[in-house]
Amino acid sequence: MAERILIVGAGQAGMQIADSLRENGFAGNVTMVGEESVAPYQRPPLSKAYLYGEADEESLQFRNEKFYEDNNIDLILGDAITQIALTGSGGVATTASGKSLAFDKMALTPGSTPRKLDIPGSELDGVLYMRNLADAQGLKSRWSQSKNVVVIGGGFIGLEVAAVAAKAGKCVTVLEGGDRLMARAVCPITSEYFRAAHERRGSRIILNSRIAGFTGANGKVAGVELEDGSVIHADIVMVGIGVLARTEVAIALGLELSNGAILVNEFAETSNPLVVAAGDAVMLPNPTGAEGLVRLESVQNAVDQAKVAAMSLMGKRDAYTALPWFWSDQADIKLQIAGLSTGYDQTVVRGTPDLDSFSVLYYKNGRLLAMDCINSPSDFMAARRCLSAGGTIDAVAAADSSVPLKTLIGA
Amino acid sequence: MPQVTYILPDGTETTLEARDGDSVMETAKKNGIKGIVAECGGACSCATCHVFVDEAFAEVVGRPSDLEDDMLDGAACDRRPTSRLSCQIKMCADFDGLRVEIAPKQV
Repeated sequence: MAERILIVGAGQAGMQIADSLRENGFAGNVTMVGEESVAPYQRPPLSKAYLYGEADEESLQFRNEKFYEDNNIDLILGDAITQIALTGSGGVATTASGKSLAFDKMALTPGSTPRKLDIPGSELDGVLYMRNLADAQGLKSRWSQSKNVVVIGGGFIGLEVAAVAAKAGKCVTVLEGGDRLMARAVCPITSEYFRAAHERRGSRIILNSRIAGFTGANGKVAGVELEDGSVIHADIVMVGIGVLARTEVAIALGLELSNGAILVNEFAETSNPLVVAAGDAVMLPNPTGAEGLVRLESVQNAVDQAKVAAMSLMGKRDAYTALPWFWSDQADIKLQIAGLSTGYDQTVVRGTPDLDSFSVLYYKNGRLLAMDCINSPSDFMAARRCLSAGGTIDAVAAADSSVPLKTLIGA
Repeated sequence: MPQVTYILPDGTETTLEARDGDSVMETAKKNGIKGIVAECGGACSCATCHVFVDEAFAEVVGRPSDLEDDMLDGAACDRRPTSRLSCQIKMCADFDGLRVEIAPKQV
């Protein structure tokens, strides 16, 4: 068994690998290297509770100092791996600060980085992204002085920030290049509900928008110019147009990539037997059993895949079959998604979108694939239970929202 | 700082000092208390931080919101009258001495 494990990346997945190694009795050295100078913390609240002022830097921390001491987890923060030399049975990583870290096995949990806009004015102050605490601090420090907020990208992150801004009474415009919101994650019914719901809450949503560039004054952003020549006034612009997997270390190690992400098997093993990988930066076999590879940018995946990776590091392979699930809190709307809807051929709406509470069930060949639950936590819990157990729910019966979904779960 | 005592499914007890404003879940996780999973990290989205609040504190801690109530219906462990999701209980001086029993099954 490996005696020294080096975890590269101190986010949700890295933290979970360290935690799971100790929980499962790994007695060797565990070292975790993170680029940020703060101990591992939760990212999801950055675009919600942190912005509302309901969470601060300390409350976001996953663990306290004593936990890392008690569990003998060596945290190296504010440092990065710059060089790795592999031998047949391990290797040595060198950090930017000059530390030399010998390891027998490595876990890569580098996460992702926001896709950047490269259009005229992108470099102006006030054009912001949201990925880490520093990004959130940057947004928050400008928050009270910013009346006009433009969000570029109608995905989870953008809509979450838009919802917080609208609630704070700001003038909010969301620019989405596609013809509907959250198109990668949900069906048109859910997209249309969210478009109308955000507009009712004060945001202006512009679909099919074509952005020409940013206007600015004194190096600071002042507006977003569309291709039709119109300019939307902006004190700050939040860009949320997707993320790119961090693959620098994987490339240095010569690991096999797929579609720009680190390729792993169902045991979170990379193409190098010394290296496992987990989290946002990874392309993995679809855990639902459907064909193909998927990239899952979610807390659930970071946690569940990290648990699988930790077991593999300890030589106890246990295939990843956890059900993917997601959530997004947008103002008073809680979206919870269970399963992966890719390939669906039928949808069933349960409940009333106009009342801000409904679910959409996705079917393929008559079997339930996934569910979007909007302010319907009971449906979500039933969907998770059903799909995790490989069950289904009759499509006709499901449409009757007076019948609790959990009573309809069938094999 | 207000204190909170966790009663683990095996009956052992751990008392911790909570930071004002941190939830009962966050306090447990930061200190490595086992049994509270908290998959979603406190967003009231997973029902894996289920606790039974000691009856003596049930009134002061209060009832779950409608959303939390629905999540509790789907929790892995059958709910009891004082069931709460510990991510939704923010520690404050009024809760000093709070005792919660961690539900034996979370996932």
